Amino acid sequence: MAVQETTYRDALRLALSEAMTADDSVIVMGEEVGRYGGAYGVTRDLIKEFGEERVIDTPISEAAIVGAAVGAAMTGLRPVAELMYVDFIGMTMDQLANQAAKIRYMFGGQIGVPMVLRTQGGTGRSAGAQHSQSLEGYVMHTPGLRLAMPATVEDAYHLLRQSLRQPDPVLFIEHKGLYTMKSTLDPDAEPAPWGKAKVLRDGADLVIVTYSRQVHHALAAAETLASEGIHASVVDLRTLNPLDFDTIRPLVETAGRAMVVSEAVMTCGVAAELSARITEECFDFLEDPVVRVAGEDIPISVSPLLEQNSVPTPDLIVETARKMFA
Amino acid sequence: MKNTTLPELYKDMRRVRTFEERVGELFVRGQSAGSMLHLSIGEESAAVGVCAQMRDGDTFTTHHRGHGIFLARGADPNRMMAEIAGKESGYCAGKGGSMHIADMGLGHLGANAIVGGGIPAVVGAGLSARHRNSGAISVAFFGDGATGQGILYESMNMAALWKLPVMFVCINNQYGMGTRIDQATANPNLHERALAFGLAARTVDGLEVEDVAEAAAGLIDGARAGKPAFLAVDCYRFFGHARKDKSPYRDEAEEAEGRKKDPVLRARDKLISTGLMSEADLDALDARVAEEMDASIDFAVAGKEPQMQSMFRDVYDPSQPEPEPVRTRLDRILAQG
Repeated sequence: MAVQETTYRDALRLALSEAMTADDSVIVMGEEVGRYGGAYGVTRDLIKEFGEERVIDTPISEAAIVGAAVGAAMTGLRPVAELMYVDFIGMTMDQLANQAAKIRYMFGGQIGVPMVLRTQGGTGRSAGAQHSQSLEGYVMHTPGLRLAMPATVEDAYHLLRQSLRQPDPVLFIEHKGLYTMKSTLDPDAEPAPWGKAKVLRDGADLVIVTYSRQVHHALAAAETLASEGIHASVVDLRTLNPLDFDTIRPLVETAGRAMVVSEAVMTCGVAAELSARITEECFDFLEDPVVRVAGEDIPISVSPLLEQNSVPTPDLIVETARKMFA
Repeated sequence: MKNTTLPELYKDMRRVRTFEERVGELFVRGQSAGSMLHLSIGEESAAVGVCAQMRDGDTFTTHHRGHGIFLARGADPNRMMAEIAGKESGYCAGKGGSMHIADMGLGHLGANAIVGGGIPAVVGAGLSARHRNSGAISVAFFGDGATGQGILYESMNMAALWKLPVMFVCINNQYGMGTRIDQATANPNLHERALAFGLAARTVDGLEVEDVAEAAAGLIDGARAGKPAFLAVDCYRFFGHARKDKSPYRDEAEEAEGRKKDPVLRARDKLISTGLMSEADLDALDARVAEEMDASIDFAVAGKEPQMQSMFRDVYDPSQPEPEPVRTRLDRILAQG
């Protein structure tokens, strides 16, 4: 495949299409994934390429979609199930947390559940309180589930291909605000290893640890801060399970200051966990408390004004950094 | 397919009953891992009648009262009892126990402690079987309690829609824990729900194991040909929900009446009355089964505890790093200061 200018959405589709071509056991199933082409267009035309036996339109039955994927994965298929919005994860939680996550362990290692559950979350489309959440904390709180959250076009492709090679169940959470983002993709380039974070910007004063769409907010904020003499590193975690703390530690030990940025609500969230780890592991090196710049502890509003201000913005990241150095 | 003559069906049912009695004994002796042991005494015809019609390569899931089903599919009672005792020599190395026992070799995709939790997996197994054109079916076994769970209806709908080689077997022992079926639904004719989804469906009285086997045979043939099926087997749960349940929600008169519906005794009486087996032959068979199941207790009791370090194993694939134990982490962090 040639190097190409493409979108996050098309990179995801390319990854699915290539995986299905390479391996007959890969199937796609979910609501509207076939004839409709996916609510956000990720699976568009896959049904024409691979047929309705491998691109399966399902009834609106999220629990059984995930449950069927579990059974399929245990019996030799490589299912990629789609949950249209991560907000619907509550409907599936038994199948995810009690079945998919625990089967290998409960059964003494006899079998794994190599399935991928693709979904998308986050704000940006005035989709309201039940279609805009960032629920990665539910997943990260469940041992046995891997969790990938691509921030870039490159990772939309490579992380999805890598997820499809994992021996354990992977939650793959896309961001609805990134689907039309364009960038260059080289499908043949050697990707960063699965489970490794990427340092997207170097800076010796402050480490900003983040993932998914907030990576872009953090990069924008870091640019502004650099012009004011505050040099921030930006770490894109890429996967939250595995969590690559080895990349974070030396950066924080050098900078002495760390900020965790996450769109999810703050309390008991991913940012809380990261903050606790950085505090425990790097305590002797810290000049300031590790700060969480996270979603407000409130539901998301439909009003674009309220919605945008419910989650971290580049301005909030900049303001927070200025206060740390004031 | 197994031999479905009455002597064979009787032997399998006797093995289930005796095994369950020994599970009760293991608990009384304080050798079981906990008390969450759910006996299927009174329900043997459902497990044995359906399993007699299944083939090698077929897969299945069970509920929390699934010992009999697994045994009827060919499980080794020693390894089952060891698992129930939480020992390393058990089917799941002591991590699963009675409610999470499984064996991929025998197609057991797992018992489940979530009511209805194992049902949708057979839809996925049905997709796999169709994808590979393997001719296998996948059977979900569950109790009447699971008919209160939405996942059953989602799964039946998908199976019917996609014409999957799948069967749903509802073992209606009349009780979901302490709630009788007529206290849980206005329409206890459970197979009617499956008909509404377009499945082949019927209810069979579990008193006669041959009736169950016959009903299962027809439905399983259909399922293999892409007509998914539902079978409700009416029976009576002879004892409490779990080992510590003394059944305060039902009276002795009801229990005495319910226990008359005994598929094991019924088959035994029929073998004698029809001259297929003599009472002496049956006594000898029962004694052999008792010996086999006594040995399973000895095997379980003699088994080793799992090794402590196995605690962190199998959360993820063996190729992946194991989670860091709390003590290791704390030592590392606090050593810095």
